[in-house]
Amino acid sequence: MTEEKIVERKPIKATKEMGRIMTAYYFQLNDAARTHSQKIAWCTSVGPAEILRSLGFLVYFPENHGAMLGASRMATDTIPEANAIGYSPDICSYLTADVGAYLKGVTPLSKAYKGIESVPKPDVLVYNTNQCRDVQDWFAWYAREFKAPLVGIETHRGVGDVSDAHVESIAKQMEAIVSPLEEVAGRKFDLEELKRVLALSRECSELWKQVLDTASHTPSPLTFYDGAIHMGPAVVLRGTQQAVDYYRLLLAELNERIANNVAAVEGERHRLYWEGMPIWGRLSAHAKMFAALSTCVLASTYCNSWIFTAFDPDDPFTSMARAYTELFIVRSDESKERYIKQMIDFFKADGVIYHDAKTCPNNSNCRYGMPQRMERLTGLPSLILHGDLNDLRLISDEQTRTNVEAFVEQLEENKT
Amino acid sequence: MAAEKLYAGTDVGSSWTKVVLLNPAKSLVGYCLKKSGTDFSATARRCLEASLEMADARSEDIACSFSTGYGRKNVDYADDTRTEIGCHAKGCFHYFPSAMTIIDIGGQDNKIVKLDGSGQRTSFKMNRKCAAGTGAFLEEMATRLDLSLDEMDRLARQSTEMVKLGSFCTVFSATEVLENIRQGRKVADIVKGVYFSMIRRVLEMDSLTETVVMTGGVVAHNPYMVTMTEELVGRKIMVPEHPQLTGAIGAALYAMNSTGLGMNED
Ligand code: SF4
Repeated sequence: MTEEKIVERKPIKATKEMGRIMTAYYFQLNDAARTHSQKIAWCTSVGPAEILRSLGFLVYFPENHGAMLGASRMATDTIPEANAIGYSPDICSYLTADVGAYLKGVTPLSKAYKGIESVPKPDVLVYNTNQCRDVQDWFAWYAREFKAPLVGIETHRGVGDVSDAHVESIAKQMEAIVSPLEEVAGRKFDLEELKRVLALSRECSELWKQVLDTASHTPSPLTFYDGAIHMGPAVVLRGTQQAVDYYRLLLAELNERIANNVAAVEGERHRLYWEGMPIWGRLSAHAKMFAALSTCVLASTYCNSWIFTAFDPDDPFTSMARAYTELFIVRSDESKERYIKQMIDFFKADGVIYHDAKTCPNNSNCRYGMPQRMERLTGLPSLILHGDLNDLRLISDEQTRTNVEAFVEQLEENKT
Repeated sequence: MAAEKLYAGTDVGSSWTKVVLLNPAKSLVGYCLKKSGTDFSATARRCLEASLEMADARSEDIACSFSTGYGRKNVDYADDTRTEIGCHAKGCFHYFPSAMTIIDIGGQDNKIVKLDGSGQRTSFKMNRKCAAGTGAFLEEMATRLDLSLDEMDRLARQSTEMVKLGSFCTVFSATEVLENIRQGRKVADIVKGVYFSMIRRVLEMDSLTETVVMTGGVVAHNPYMVTMTEELVGRKIMVPEHPQLTGAIGAALYAMNSTGLGMNED
């Protein structure tokens, strides 16, 4: 019988420290929710978290919770609860998993952090539609449920070149949410504090970029699967010193790997770029599958989406508006193509995997001929995997495996 | 008794298991097909034994053996595995050595594989999760029409006024079939409609470039589907001699290549 090889990618030592700061973050939120010692704002992952922090809010990110539901594979059980109250199985499975978990009274936080029984109740919910409309509907549901105020920023979509007009209109919306937020926070907005937070966010973003850029080295010291896990602090703690300190630590470890030529995937033979959402419930299974094929999925648009190079503490509103509009997901296909091409070149990828996530058309970039255009542009082969970020009912493991093995076979044969 | 070395290819598909034996000249000297059933290893072994008997050979004569297909990892006598995508490509290129688009219609999935002039794979696509356009779809429709699978090809050829089935979904298509039965449409016209719907599902997966080759069990048992596809796309379609065995033949060729034999000849 042909034995299945089980290969683990090289573990990252800093993971322990990340666990510590993430634990502290969730307990801080939990305590604040219980004792009302600090106000809590819910925010979308690429929303204006900096404004919220500057006003003294603790910030909670439902998308992070959605990803935890996916990674813990609880999502497939919670999604039907939301379907049953009218939220279609075809819409964002972060939304349906998260709302379903709330309706069911369960959370992966209780498993990960003993003593936490529920998500922290919001005093205000703040969304940014730069990624999709689903977040608005998602937050609106909770706003009704908790009778909490809902504010948001409605962003342009399909943006080609980001113009001053785009930026100005978003900056104005950002300024406009300050006053309702002040009311909830019970304190006055302080520009100096925003500048301080933004400087920390910027530093976090720069360090996170350096972390991800290490994957351009051959062999890569990092995989996309590590990135998807280690981006936690860049999402939920950007704007804090802890995130900055953490990425310094992680970067040092990865640079050490580079200095010693240590590969994340031993015997790296193929380097792939991942385009689209992670498949959270199969993260570790897929990491093993690729490692066994001596293939490093080393970089992704997804992990790079928490890099905000435009942040400028001297011009906070305009620069935040620019950074949150320059994001890949907000852009036109032409801009996306330019971006992916640059990434493929920079990371020296041999091919691209597109994840067509059934419930996230917003971040499935293979539905309008992009893979075909990119193949023509780069001469590199690509593979489309049909799946989902959270809903495992939409995944065929066998088909995924055959597709991936056949793709690696193709790369291998074309190499020799 | 065969004195020459043999190369075995085993394709454990979702519906059928196929084993072939090739001699060093790449001629097919033995083969066998059986329903895959629930014990893939045992079925594969039985097929191997029958193939050896046909070739008048013993298992010691097998120099190397590769497996492929859905149950490729269950073949305990295989030295290595390759995916069915790779094996169909290799098998087809053996018969038609040129740049091509391969359409394989299997029991549970369809594939479109493209090769360049040197036989290198340039791309491939498998159907999505749904059964539409696969052998499973055909089986479901045969049940609805109370027909055996063998009767369908003959009936489809008799159709004078094909019915149109519009749905992507197997269950919805079954409802459409029922609707047509209720309206008193001829069974032959419904069967042709079923074929047409399958072809459409497959053709929408990718564009057809260069030589077009069709393979797979569905094609082997329903050759009229090839004629219909030719009419639809307006070009000649090549079909290898044993369309259901192409994957197994590809696996045997991989086995042969792994011993250093037959390389660069395909
Ligand atoms: S971008 Fe996709 S995954 Fe993220 S919230 Fe929107 S629909 Fe959900």
